[in-house]
Amino acid sequence: MGVLSSSVSITQYRVEGTIEDSFLETVADSLTNNAIREIDNEPEDKSVGWTGFESPFKPDFSGSSYIFGTHLIFSLRIDKKSIPSKIVTKHLNMAIAKRLEQSEREALHRNEKSEIKDEVIRRLYMRMPATPNMYDLIWNYEAKILWFLCNQKGANEELETLFSKTFKLSLIRMFPYTAAVLTGGLKDTQKDQLEKLSPTTFYRGQHA
Amino acid sequence: MLDVSVAYNRYKFLGHEFLTWLWYMIETDTQKLLDPKAELDDMFIGNRIVLENSSHNRDEMITIKGDGAGLEEGVIALQKGAKVTEINLVVKAGENEWRFNLKGESLNIGGLKSPETGRVESVEDVEGAVLEKIYLYEKAVDLTNYAYQQFIKSRVSPEWETSIVQNISKWIQQASKG
Repeated sequence: MGVLSSSVSITQYRVEGTIEDSFLETVADSLTNNAIREIDNEPEDKSVGWTGFESPFKPDFSGSSYIFGTHLIFSLRIDKKSIPSKIVTKHLNMAIAKRLEQSEREALHRNEKSEIKDEVIRRLYMRMPATPNMYDLIWNYEAKILWFLCNQKGANEELETLFSKTFKLSLIRMFPYTAAVLTGGLKDTQKDQLEKLSPTTFYRGQHA
Repeated sequence: MLDVSVAYNRYKFLGHEFLTWLWYMIETDTQKLLDPKAELDDMFIGNRIVLENSSHNRDEMITIKGDGAGLEEGVIALQKGAKVTEINLVVKAGENEWRFNLKGESLNIGGLKSPETGRVESVEDVEGAVLEKIYLYEKAVDLTNYAYQQFIKSRVSPEWETSIVQNISKWIQQASKG
């Protein structure tokens, strides 16, 4: 989902840690080093990397196009290839039949079948273009706050992994417990109280 | 601080209690939910509310949706021990309106529709449009965080048991009588 879309979803994060050296320069280098890598015509089935929110198919972090005041805006791009199982079955059967004919045997060993399957899948991945998905993020680097414009579990996990690898900074997802401890404005005694909480029964009258 | 993945599941109930409390506050004391600095006028429940009842070994889910839908079924569910797990909120500031879904267990904001911004017709318009969007998203995020802060401070206070829950129970009783 994009920053300028008519409808967005937001997962809130807090950024832990600091970048000691020249911040913007380090960020630009880190983004460039971890930019999305195209996997069309390659045997890989998945690629995860950064790209520009305005030019998702041409990552370029050389200018300041992703800097908006104290906010950085760029995108996580996840490219995936997914081959329908029936296509794998068809090509695997064809490859097995060919091997049997060439070797003049009646059956193949399990290991040999497994090797053929890996090779079939590799060849299919090379022929199949990847489907790209882009998810924008807004990073307020002064406030150490990051909004990821996506609520999908898988995409959030990819973000957390890549962000940590790229910037050597941790992302802490804000959910009821972390929001209470980190941004709830609680005193230490109240945080101790929080650890002891158990669920409340709200209705204490007669049941309908 | 607890391990994050352990804490997510262990304190999921806090998110559900937050949304249940939020419904009560919207019905009884909306202004307390609005940060005076945010310059927002009003907040109300939109077109969807989801409740879940996991008490007494049952796993019941009640979804009420539709513009203008009555919440009577939701009140009955509250009486049976259900809590709110998702809620659609509408927030107003003058002519401007924000609509979004809030999920209790994650505090995730979904389907956020903020007031319309100017059209982007050239590259020069992008920066202004982006900054305007950030400002508008911030309103919904800050509102959620402010309300959650109010809740969590109440939740760890002695008043939670001695008066707040009593008042919520009375509200449920009264609401069920229409």
